Amino acid sequence: MIRLLLLLPFIGLMIVPFYNLREPMLFGFPFFYWYQLAWVPLTSLLTYIVYRRVRDAG
Amino acid sequence: MPANVDPAALAVFIALFVLVTGMGFVASRWRKPETLAHLDEWGLGGRKFGTWITWFLVGGDFYTAYTVIAVPALVYAVGAYGFFALPYTIIVYPFVFAVMPVLWKVAKDKGFVTAGDVVRGAYGSRGLELAVAATGVLATMPYIALQLIGMEVAIKALGLHGEIPLILAFLVLALYTYSSGLRAPALIAFVKDIMIYIVVIAAIAIVPSKLGGYGEIFTAADAAFKAKGSGGILLSPAQVFPYASLALGSALAAFMYPHTLTGIFASSGGNTIRKNAVMLPAYTLLLGLLALLGYMGHAAGLKLASNNDVVPALFKVLFSGWFAGFAFSAIAIGALVPAAVMSIGAANLFTRNFWKVWINPSIMPEGEAKVAKITSMLVKVGALLAILLMPTQFALDLQLLGGLWILQTLPALVFGLYLNWFSSRALLIGWAVGLLGGSWLAWSDGLKPLHSIDFGAGPVAIYTGLLALALNIVVAVAVNLALKGLPQARLSRESA
Repeated sequence: MIRLLLLLPFIGLMIVPFYNLREPMLFGFPFFYWYQLAWVPLTSLLTYIVYRRVRDAG
Repeated sequence: MPANVDPAALAVFIALFVLVTGMGFVASRWRKPETLAHLDEWGLGGRKFGTWITWFLVGGDFYTAYTVIAVPALVYAVGAYGFFALPYTIIVYPFVFAVMPVLWKVAKDKGFVTAGDVVRGAYGSRGLELAVAATGVLATMPYIALQLIGMEVAIKALGLHGEIPLILAFLVLALYTYSSGLRAPALIAFVKDIMIYIVVIAAIAIVPSKLGGYGEIFTAADAAFKAKGSGGILLSPAQVFPYASLALGSALAAFMYPHTLTGIFASSGGNTIRKNAVMLPAYTLLLGLLALLGYMGHAAGLKLASNNDVVPALFKVLFSGWFAGFAFSAIAIGALVPAAVMSIGAANLFTRNFWKVWINPSIMPEGEAKVAKITSMLVKVGALLAILLMPTQFALDLQLLGGLWILQTLPALVFGLYLNWFSSRALLIGWAVGLLGGSWLAWSDGLKPLHSIDFGAGPVAIYTGLLALALNIVVAVAVNLALKGLPQARLSRESA
């Protein structure tokens, strides 16, 4: 079940109209850019959580 | 020496090139095997690459030199749409995490070296094996040619003209790949990746202060697109589906290529791959920042003859001579790693799934290594000739079709890891329909990656490769259901 976390990046990044926006800006970056960049560490984190759970499974 | 050559930049370039050439040849003694005359050693580096080596190798191999040139160029030309590489190279990793350790285990247990081997193991079908292997080789050839284009751009930026430097660089690459196999790009990847990280971090740190900060960069790009009347820093409504479908389709295709699979098969275990799925997104962050160089080109007010010149032109304007040379070297050396792994991946396929099957079934392991070494040479020479003799657009068009083609091998390669339901015949027919139908669609759309379809709510454009994959799967399921009704189908499955 924990593997379902791996689906979150797909959902977060496939809903393009949700993030195709200028505001809110962050450090001069429009939302479109910092939202997608934020998914990079977030995806790593989610994958790491799943890894912790399955690494001994082989 | 031509007047526009910066001696400091050229000296840095030559020194670094000599360094990696030396490393390429020394690599045959790195983690020294009993013999290199075995495909497991020459072609997969002994299947013992741990987490860090795999990270550098796959990172250096997946984020190619062409990416470094082409992604910022596309962003410079069209804006937000060019950023689809970012979601693409994020969602690829959950997929890698879930699927690739399973594939690795099958390959390790049975001694498989290529995707073609895995498919033969799962279905016992020589036809499907050949289909997967031939698709892999065909899709890889133009990809190698693109690495040459990346290298060409970097060499041109140094002020060197003519084809001699490119030919020399590629011959050297061919020679040390021949002698050291996968160990050569694995070792060089350390240098290449660290150089690219340094360049991009320098650009990210220095460029905004020279151009007035990130807010200014986005404002300048926005103004440039408005003045031009096309593109923009946000997607137009018509670009939403193309953006999402290109990202998804590219992510599914990425690890079907022989060069990425070679990196996977060469790793030391399932957990090595899983850890890499956690760590490889660091390169994606780099890619996202690199893409912003396209906008920085607007902020710097560059006037370019070709969009591909945006990165070199920006480096020339903003960096001092020797560091610009370092940056161009990073791109040129960056081309060597993927080009080497691609030629090795293609050579492995040719050797295992064509030569061994159709020409010389009794070939011994050392014979396999010999055939693969020679093939890797021929593949590189072929790519070099293609770049020197044919228009660049030809390589770009073929690369586009290559992505569509390689995606059609996904059902054959991946479904069998989880299901024991499909017959090889159904998958082969699905592959053929997806490949031919997709190519025909792309051709009729003027070799554009998008095809418009109408689900009833007005036409939307979708990545043609993804449409072809859907067609491929639907046909495979339908044929399989039809075959299941026939007794001889069951017979052929059991004998397979």
